[in-house]
Amino acid sequence: MADVTNLRSPAEAGLSKLFEAARQGFASEEAIAREEAFRFFEATGLPSRRVEAFKYTDLRAAITEAAPPAEAPSLDAAKAAVARATAFSGIEAARLTFANGHLVRELSDLDRLPEGVRVVPLNEALSRGDPALKQLAPVAQARENPVYQLNTAFLADGALIAVAPGAKPERPLHLRFVGTGDRPFSTATRVLVELGEAAEFALLESHEGPDGLTAQPNDALDVVVGPRAAFRHTRLNKEGDATIALSTLSLKVEAEAQVETVNLVTGAVLSRHQIYVHVAGEDTNVVVNGAAMLRNGQLADSTLLADHAAVGGVGREQFKWIIDGDATGVFQGKIIVRQVAQKTDGKMKSDCLLLTDEGQMMNKPELEIFADDVACGHGATCGAPDPDLLFYLMARGLPRPVAESLLVQAFVGEAVEAVTHAGAREALIGEIEAWLKTRA
Amino acid sequence: MLEIKNLVVQIEDNRILNGLNLTVNDGEVAAIMGPNGSGKSTLSYVIAGKEDYEVLDGEILLDGQNVLEMAADERAAAGIFLAFQYPLEIPGVGTMTFLKACLNAQRKARGEAELSTPDFIRAVNGAADKLEINKEMLKRALNVGFSGGEKKRMEILQMALLQPKFCVLDETDSGLDIDALRIVSEGVNALRDQGRSFLVITHYQRLLNHIVPDTVHVMSKGQIVKTGGKDLALELEASGYAEYRTSEAA
Repeated sequence: MADVTNLRSPAEAGLSKLFEAARQGFASEEAIAREEAFRFFEATGLPSRRVEAFKYTDLRAAITEAAPPAEAPSLDAAKAAVARATAFSGIEAARLTFANGHLVRELSDLDRLPEGVRVVPLNEALSRGDPALKQLAPVAQARENPVYQLNTAFLADGALIAVAPGAKPERPLHLRFVGTGDRPFSTATRVLVELGEAAEFALLESHEGPDGLTAQPNDALDVVVGPRAAFRHTRLNKEGDATIALSTLSLKVEAEAQVETVNLVTGAVLSRHQIYVHVAGEDTNVVVNGAAMLRNGQLADSTLLADHAAVGGVGREQFKWIIDGDATGVFQGKIIVRQVAQKTDGKMKSDCLLLTDEGQMMNKPELEIFADDVACGHGATCGAPDPDLLFYLMARGLPRPVAESLLVQAFVGEAVEAVTHAGAREALIGEIEAWLKTRA
Repeated sequence: MLEIKNLVVQIEDNRILNGLNLTVNDGEVAAIMGPNGSGKSTLSYVIAGKEDYEVLDGEILLDGQNVLEMAADERAAAGIFLAFQYPLEIPGVGTMTFLKACLNAQRKARGEAELSTPDFIRAVNGAADKLEINKEMLKRALNVGFSGGEKKRMEILQMALLQPKFCVLDETDSGLDIDALRIVSEGVNALRDQGRSFLVITHYQRLLNHIVPDTVHVMSKGQIVKTGGKDLALELEASGYAEYRTSEAA
């Protein structure tokens, strides 16, 4: 039989070349299966709209060129980028700074970490084959995702973060990702967070870059939340207007653990945030919220898979979308309740406000339930701001743009209210207000 | 104060107001009564500037200025206030945030300085005390989870705070128990003065025992068909609207 050759896009061919070149630099004793990951990716290629999970976010069409992996920028360039970055800057936190996907030790608080928190730079862990690397990729379904596998194949830097059992550091840890430069580049970072039993930990994550920067970050955060631990995660995507930002959050949630993750997207021309939740232990409580405020041809995709594989899990997923101009929002949310996961209580909602006739919202909520004693629901709405509410506000003297802003803020605010850390919550509200102020 | 001349209004090809004429003088409390469907609520919305209605003819003059050319917020800044029959719930918008935004937007539109936060809080607390509004309510989202009576009281609180010139009360008595009716009426009466006029829309005479009008107008089929003193309301209470319905049928 003749060999069948798949037609590869220039970007896919470019990625193969880049992988061949990068292979020389990989440490041979590495504990991560880069080859396997890249073979997986090569078999699927960049997912196009023909792949169900990427139907509305066609990466094959969006990524026309494979950007080379970023070199670490100079310290001066990194410092300048950090000086521009504003997200979460008012919060008293320990910081790990990544410039173009590389950890900048000089701009990180490795020697003044919150109590009970240990950090090993991923670079170090990779070169010495740290056994903790075995904990990477804690959720099986994520390993079937081409974006995540591409991250594994090209993994360049990141951190292994361990929070000691029972530790409850007051200060959060802030993962500050900044982009800089004038040439296209890609990044592949991975941060693993392991919370020991009954630990409580707040993680802030911000992604910022200047407009015009043609970056292709592909970042992954793997989290194992130990029994009775509480993980609070606040994320902000404020990338520049030419950046294509891919990210994957994998959460393994053990018995009686609590998780709160809230993601606000205002940046990037195209972004896709993939969230995998594996409810592995009984009686967990997981809140996954997201908000996106989009304009000028932006596309933001939130794709969620919550897999309940244990009894009594409570899940609350709430996504809010503000679509202005000709932007597009994509929400794909799937809750799986396995037969063993009786008494699961899951609610998923995605609501969109379309501020113009040109905007688009794609909502695809799904439930797959194999247990018979559960309470699960999903809902999706989409519409213009309520004219009666607008009239009520205007009749009290608020000009239309102010009235509309107030309604938008209230609408998005519902997703952000879940943030427990007051400083992080206020920071997100500040971003929402700033976005509204720049609205023409 | 307010002069409505030959107002003709339709919504989706349904003629609701048919050449309505009405004058409310400075300091006057005018009541409008009338059967269901006579156009009373439409009149209140058209005065306040709701966009769903098409004004085919006529004028609404506030101190000589035609307000029909103004957006709802501009009318509010000019001194028009509508107390809604069904105040809306606005989740996520804190009551205090809302009150402050409205007050300052109106002041800004009039070229006045914004109220300082202490002055604002003092003003809100003072008005809330008079209307027996629990301070906890002020901490919640606007009207969310409020009872019907609480919502109406919140409307009067807004009126007291914004100090409008011309107040339209659209069936403010609906959904109120006796105590709430008294509190709301006292709130309105406290605002009566020579520089402020009221248009009180109601089905029932009961409200007018508390807010005693200077004039009573009967509205039917989109027009004012009879005008009298406060005794007219008592007559209507006794005789009902049958006479006016007959005239409609005629």
